[in-house]
Amino acid sequence: MSYQFSFSFIEKYWPLLFDGTLATIRMSIIVTVLGFILGTLCAVASSSRHTSLRILVAIYVESIRNTPLLVQLFLVYFGLASLGLKYSAETSALIGLTINVGAYSSEIIRAGLQAIHPGQLEAADTLGLSRLQVLAGVMLPPALEKVYPALVSQYVLLMLATSVASQISAEELTGAASRIQSITFRSFEVYIVILGIYLALSFAMRGLFRLLGLLIFPRQRRLGTNL
Amino acid sequence: MFTNFSLVHIQVLLNGLLWTVILSMISFVFGGLVGFALALGGISKNRAVAGLVNAYISLVQGTPVLILMFVIYFGLPIVGIEVSSLVAASVAMVIFSSAFLGTIWRASLQSVARTQWEAADCLALSGWQRMGLVVLPQAVRIATPPTVGFMVQIVKNTSLASVIGMAEVTYIAKQVNASTFQPFTTYLVIALFYFAICFPLSVLSRRFERIYSVSRR
Repeated sequence: MSYQFSFSFIEKYWPLLFDGTLATIRMSIIVTVLGFILGTLCAVASSSRHTSLRILVAIYVESIRNTPLLVQLFLVYFGLASLGLKYSAETSALIGLTINVGAYSSEIIRAGLQAIHPGQLEAADTLGLSRLQVLAGVMLPPALEKVYPALVSQYVLLMLATSVASQISAEELTGAASRIQSITFRSFEVYIVILGIYLALSFAMRGLFRLLGLLIFPRQRRLGTNL
Repeated sequence: MFTNFSLVHIQVLLNGLLWTVILSMISFVFGGLVGFALALGGISKNRAVAGLVNAYISLVQGTPVLILMFVIYFGLPIVGIEVSSLVAASVAMVIFSSAFLGTIWRASLQSVARTQWEAADCLALSGWQRMGLVVLPQAVRIATPPTVGFMVQIVKNTSLASVIGMAEVTYIAKQVNASTFQPFTTYLVIALFYFAICFPLSVLSRRFERIYSVSRR
């Protein structure tokens, strides 16, 4: 056991790490927003009266949730390119991750929609609200409030999963790491540092989402806890 | 265009799928053992033990599996253990699945009603009897649906072992792709393979959920 640990690469390559971290944060934010929108749309569609729409969403959700993200990214990046749809690695990563997290969000939000008390819907009907009003005013807000913690966990997992995008050579933190380690041969040290950065990012993300939750959901603010 | 992709490739890929299944089983069995210990430690009255379990779980759940793979793969040789990529991938997967199974099972144990624990105490059962005869049987019912659901995550995450060179199905697919140059077909085929394993598990998980939630009503 004569291994000498050396973290001196940080001094020289920290701009690469910094840019990688920023790229990971940017990617996570974009995909979280797009995935949330896609997920909400799909959740609403899966509680629609049109059977074909429900089946379509079910096929989408099941096929995404039962295949690995890595394979999905390969299909988007290499597969679509071979069919003539060429996107850059970054765009492919954004597309693949959004499709992926959209399916998970959809399942979570759907659970929230299903948990709404029928009495609420009857009351909305009695008040003569339109379907859109019921959806936007009566169903979605409490549903999102209820599943907010699950959504947060999902988006933290998503942030961690952006590391997989390095496998299709998208620029982000893990990609930066593999570049640094191929120059310095300090693989273990590089990945330990990266691990620390991801850990810090996930804690920061949970903290920010908690604040965001207090901001969006006044009931949480008053109770001081999740529902 | 797709003439090059043939039955031979399917055969090779199926061979890789076998290793995906083996790695998944290793992850589940050993991850389950560690996870069970974590769950017991997590509900322990000993603050230090529960704190350690908490720290381990949030550490693992806050890091990507991919990075875990790299750290284990490059880290074990440093402490003098030369490992194959199968062993490295197994260790990484066991760490990953133990943390998640630990959380699931800890929550299941905690959601057995407090009065059940107290009733067991009133009957003068020992700690082990209380756990084995009263709490566990009820916790298992609560834990089964999410556990089966998590198996899907395990199977899917084994695909990441391909990055450290373990010859499971995704790794083989990369090689098949390199020789046939038909990425769409190749990756679609293995996506179907994964789906064929994961979808039944997902369905099973949902079925358990229905059965157990009905019986508890």
